[in-house]
Amino acid sequence: MTTVTTNSAAAKTPAPVRPRGKRSPLASAGLHGTLIVASVIAVFPVLWVLLTSLKPAKHAISTDFVKEPTLDNYRYLVESTSFLTWFGNSVLVAGITTVLGVFIAATTGYAVSRFKFPGMKPLMWTLLITQMFPMAILIVPLYNLMGQLGLLNQPLGLVITYLTIAVPFCAWMMKGFFDTIPVEIDESGRVDGLNPFGTFWRLILPLAKPGLAVTGFYAFITAWGEVAYASAFMVGDEHLTLAGGLQTFVTQYTSNWGAMSAASVLIAIPAAFFFLFAQRHLVAGMTAGATKG
Amino acid sequence: MAAHTSRSVAKAAGSEAGPDAGTAARGPSRRTDGKAGGTNRPGLKRALATHWYAWAMVTPVVLVLGVIIGWPLVRGVYLSLTDATERNVGRTIGANHIEATYQFVGLDNYAAVLADPVFLQRLVWTVLWTVACVSVTFALGLGLASVLNREFKGRAAYRMALILPWAVPGFVSVFAWRFLFNRDNGILNKILDGGGISAVPWLDDPTWAKFSVIAVNVWLGIPFMMVALLGGMQSIPGELYEAAEMDGASPWQRFRHITLPGLRTVSMTVILLSTIWTFNMFPVIFLLTRGGPGDSTEILVTQAFREAFVTSPRDFAVSATWGVLILLLLMIFALVYRRSLRKQGEVW
Repeated sequence: MTTVTTNSAAAKTPAPVRPRGKRSPLASAGLHGTLIVASVIAVFPVLWVLLTSLKPAKHAISTDFVKEPTLDNYRYLVESTSFLTWFGNSVLVAGITTVLGVFIAATTGYAVSRFKFPGMKPLMWTLLITQMFPMAILIVPLYNLMGQLGLLNQPLGLVITYLTIAVPFCAWMMKGFFDTIPVEIDESGRVDGLNPFGTFWRLILPLAKPGLAVTGFYAFITAWGEVAYASAFMVGDEHLTLAGGLQTFVTQYTSNWGAMSAASVLIAIPAAFFFLFAQRHLVAGMTAGATKG
Repeated sequence: MAAHTSRSVAKAAGSEAGPDAGTAARGPSRRTDGKAGGTNRPGLKRALATHWYAWAMVTPVVLVLGVIIGWPLVRGVYLSLTDATERNVGRTIGANHIEATYQFVGLDNYAAVLADPVFLQRLVWTVLWTVACVSVTFALGLGLASVLNREFKGRAAYRMALILPWAVPGFVSVFAWRFLFNRDNGILNKILDGGGISAVPWLDDPTWAKFSVIAVNVWLGIPFMMVALLGGMQSIPGELYEAAEMDGASPWQRFRHITLPGLRTVSMTVILLSTIWTFNMFPVIFLLTRGGPGDSTEILVTQAFREAFVTSPRDFAVSATWGVLILLLLMIFALVYRRSLRKQGEVW
């Protein structure tokens, strides 16, 4: 198919035709160089906080990478604050939000991707427009509404609020994923006598796993890291989520970088773990080849 | 892939669907006859028979949107037409219920906000901030996605590292950056110092603070762009690239004529979304600079928040007014965006 060029020529001459999957050493070095620089920029701030959390509090602003490593900051956090309670609250809220959000978004995304039905376009635009609502316009009325329903200080109130943030976007993402799954698969399912729900549940959903992973991840991160609603709706130490709890913490220990960094690490780890789990499905190439073109 | 992505989109609000209509409402349609299976004849009963499962699938979303967004939105708009503040809204203190005493004042709040030069200042900076963040994020995200869209050693590790800013909750990242930007003790200035450059007032000087908030927001936004665009790239059939290679197209030509057109749908969506998000990006500004120094990095959303929660007494009505104005601006933007898409022949 192509001629094999020697490496020295490949580095000099413009765009020689090289066998697929081979690249010149120069291109290879450039590729890895770019990625290494980008990765360092991406990782360094997070890494620095991790390293800071392992230094004694009095050395928090030291620029040494490692200085008298100790777990004192973590011990202090777990023993002397309500950190674990906040943590539990956050897990609960983020977990329920993820499960409900993904399910609702998947059904909507599928309907919008596959069917034409009256009201589809307005729905699509509504989903998009809800992304534009500044929190400032909704937070006071929502607070009143939750108060009337007795949902303030309840995880459920927060879950419902987070669904409003996560679902519209997740539905959009799911629509995009379903669009990449060939319609022939639905059609073959229908020919075999499945109704639309069966087709969705048994054929399309398994193929859309990468999409589910991505949307689930998004819903989780949304709930895990939201600050404004969490601090407005939850009061009292035992009801706070991490985002709310940490704020009481900051005002109390403003200069305590050590404890703050330890808390940051413990908040970031579950998010990163969940992410690792989703990451394996992130490659959307799974549906490729499911149908013969 | 373009054929698939535009499949579910009606060419017009009428009953003529493209030959590419997806699974038509009643059984599989033959994709050659150019008619959708469920033509919209009048009659609710028929519509119900045809579309009931589609409606059933979207019901949960409609409920969520209606109750939890629709009603508060209406109420928010109403508040912007009143003089509600912390002092005159109804509230319960212990066993005493205090009745609300705020009144309807019409468009007074809007007149007051729009006449204030502060509004224009905030608007200009918000637009600048949005355009800078979105364009830089998209360019870098696209670059990284196309690098990652190849086979090479260690690809998975690189991808993990690059997505990390997204995996860490935003408020934690912003805290980390504050720590790095710290003028006297921050690592960035320590590094510059080592290179003989005097300390940069990252967050204390209006211009540097603007640069810093944009940099942090770009850092936060790249992973999402990258993942979305990478997903789009991986759904472009490999055969296209093979064919182009056979025809002797250079890598740049392949990128220009296969990758970019293939990414159109994804790009349009992520650009629109990230524009809206950036416009409303509350945490980065609020946690990094509190809108400071002075009010130089205050965007419209943080201004609205300030009115409702920072100033005393809390002014709910003026805050809601800012909120409604932000919403109007974004809606205008979305309509213009939609129109420009229409002009390019993309029908939504």
